[in-house]
Amino acid sequence: MSMTAALPASGRQRRVLPGFGLTMGLTLTYVGIIVLLPVIALFLKGAEIGPARFWAIVTAPRTLAALRLTMTAAALATAFNALYGLLMAWVLVRYRFPGRRLLDAMMDIPFALPTAVAGLALTALFSENGWYGQVLAPAGIPVVYTIWGVAVAMSFTSIPFVVRTVQPILEDLDHSQEEAARTLGATPLQIFARVIFPAILPAFLVGTTIAFARSLGEFGAVIFIAGNLPMKTEIASLLAVIRLEEYDYNGAAAIALTLVAIAMVLLVLSNWLQARLTRRRVPA
Amino acid sequence: MSLAISHLARRFDTTQVLRGIDLTVGKGELIALLGPSGSGKTTLLRIIAGLDWPDAGALSFNGTDWLVKSAAERRIGFVFQHYALFPHMTVRDNIAFGLTVLPRADRPGKAQIAATVDRLLAFLQIDGLADRYPAELSGGQRQRVALGRAMAIEPRVLLLDEPFGALDAQVRRDLRRWLRGVHDSAGTTTIFVTHDQEEAFELADRVVVMNGGVIEQTGHPDEIYDHPATPFVARFLGLTVEVPVTIRSGRAQAAGLDLTALPRRALPDGPATLFLRPADIQPVPDPAAPFRVTEIASTGALLRIVAENAAACRIEAEMPRRQGRDLRKDQPVALRVIAGQIFPGGAAPADAAPVEAPKALKESRP
Ligand SMILES: Nc1ncnc2c1ncn2[C@@H]1O[C@H](COP(=O)(O)OP(=O)(O)OP(=O)(O)O)[C@@H](O)[C@H]1O
Ligand SMILES: [Mg+2]
Repeated sequence: MSMTAALPASGRQRRVLPGFGLTMGLTLTYVGIIVLLPVIALFLKGAEIGPARFWAIVTAPRTLAALRLTMTAAALATAFNALYGLLMAWVLVRYRFPGRRLLDAMMDIPFALPTAVAGLALTALFSENGWYGQVLAPAGIPVVYTIWGVAVAMSFTSIPFVVRTVQPILEDLDHSQEEAARTLGATPLQIFARVIFPAILPAFLVGTTIAFARSLGEFGAVIFIAGNLPMKTEIASLLAVIRLEEYDYNGAAAIALTLVAIAMVLLVLSNWLQARLTRRRVPA
Repeated sequence: MSLAISHLARRFDTTQVLRGIDLTVGKGELIALLGPSGSGKTTLLRIIAGLDWPDAGALSFNGTDWLVKSAAERRIGFVFQHYALFPHMTVRDNIAFGLTVLPRADRPGKAQIAATVDRLLAFLQIDGLADRYPAELSGGQRQRVALGRAMAIEPRVLLLDEPFGALDAQVRRDLRRWLRGVHDSAGTTTIFVTHDQEEAFELADRVVVMNGGVIEQTGHPDEIYDHPATPFVARFLGLTVEVPVTIRSGRAQAAGLDLTALPRRALPDGPATLFLRPADIQPVPDPAAPFRVTEIASTGALLRIVAENAAACRIEAEMPRRQGRDLRKDQPVALRVIAGQIFPGGAAPADAAPVEAPKALKESRP
């Protein structure tokens, strides 16, 4: 097909692929119905409650405790995932070893596994007579029914976000930049810190933010291992479900809205940061 | 003597990429590595830089063995073909990089680094670009920044891999002269890779012609141009017309060719091959001559003709159009040869074959 043939002198821009209108329409419809509407409904519901009542729900001791636990555990899980996810992406990209492809495929298991199954398996492993619990409990590190258990479950389901966002960037890195740094006298550590890490930082930021946002909302994997003691190991999304079961729709909506707001603020922040970082380095 | 390379060999899997390279580069020299694609130029450059290691051979600088030293210890400046600038750093930070990674004890102060960078920016004529990012530069500007970054560490040897490969013709020519100036005023020892012979000849003190992992010839540009040492170099430098001749007491003879302008050569009697540039052949109308003009084409300034004899020997000649005014198709012509290079033996010697599969190629020949 010749795209360079003489064009009729019409004002319309030619597009490389046909069907822009149709595909864009479908995309917007999808985003509208599946993503945007529920969120808007939630916000409307929240607005119905009124600020005073909203504030009262969110600052109630049980809610605050749940939010604090959720945030802290998510932060712990994300800190671990940031380090470990980066390490795994590095190993998968930079080294050639037997079983690499298998290991690569295994990274997706947390995505594929039903979260409830993950939660049950983790609980079994970390309970006092499970494989890990047998070792950890005598050492004075209880995991099940503590914040650590919550963090472990969150980490399990969200680590692929870090690995899978960093991995392709690391793969596409221009090797000659590292070689240039080497000829300029940089040590391996300097090369990582000053050449490689800045290159993957935007993706790494996005990966960890998504992992954190995902951890905030993680439900299935957490509730089995958390023990769900109010004020102690009860996560925010479980509290929302409990309120719902009590027909306290306002309470459920207020908690859910708070979670959504935190996640959205973080996503916007990370996207803004990413845009700032990459603004002036469009690949040549 | 500064850089000495001897018997250097390197193979990748089954491909012998370098097969015994011997080369000495003097202090302050500007050397061009010239050769076709795949001849091992980049591989040689990377070994000198310490980015790759040979399987055999030696490499030393001022008598010190360089093969036991890392790239950083050698202190060479390497300019990559696609520049390899750090995209997340400004031009200033790119150029300063080599100074900022020095061990704390040797590292110049912030102000001193800034002064060095400023001096380089002015020297490379890119003062205005200090705060830009690489993505905001043109190809030629990136090239200058890459050179600045390499020069900031005051390298003992500057290595450039096809420094102008990705630029358009005009920028290439400008940068070429500019690089010569930079080299002369900085006084570095420089080796650059190219497969553009014009570039090599214009820029270099000495040209090293590589083919199939060996050095075919080393010498001053004019010397190589006038006296290619091997059939490969002859072909590579545009002596594309090959004519079978017979040597008798040092003189080449061939029916229909006037070879009296060629100097006497100390060659044994017998068959040989004469390599000619089309521009070094003058057709002269002569009713008794065995060659006939079979094709005439004009490019405006030049006239290209093809002459053939009964033995189907085709010879291409080229001349200013006005000089060939009298030539007609089917006209018998005698061919006067002004300059050429003679190599003993019949036509198409085997060393023209690609290095990977000389056997297969030989077998397929009639
Ligand atoms: N890392 C490598 N692994 C395997 N083969 C390699 C490697 N590097 C180079 N080669 C091979 O070595 C040969 C010479 O490569 P080299 O890059 O030195 O050529 P060159 O003269 O620089 O060519 P060009 O002008 O195309 O850049 C080629 O046949 C190439 O395929
Ligand atoms: Mg090359």
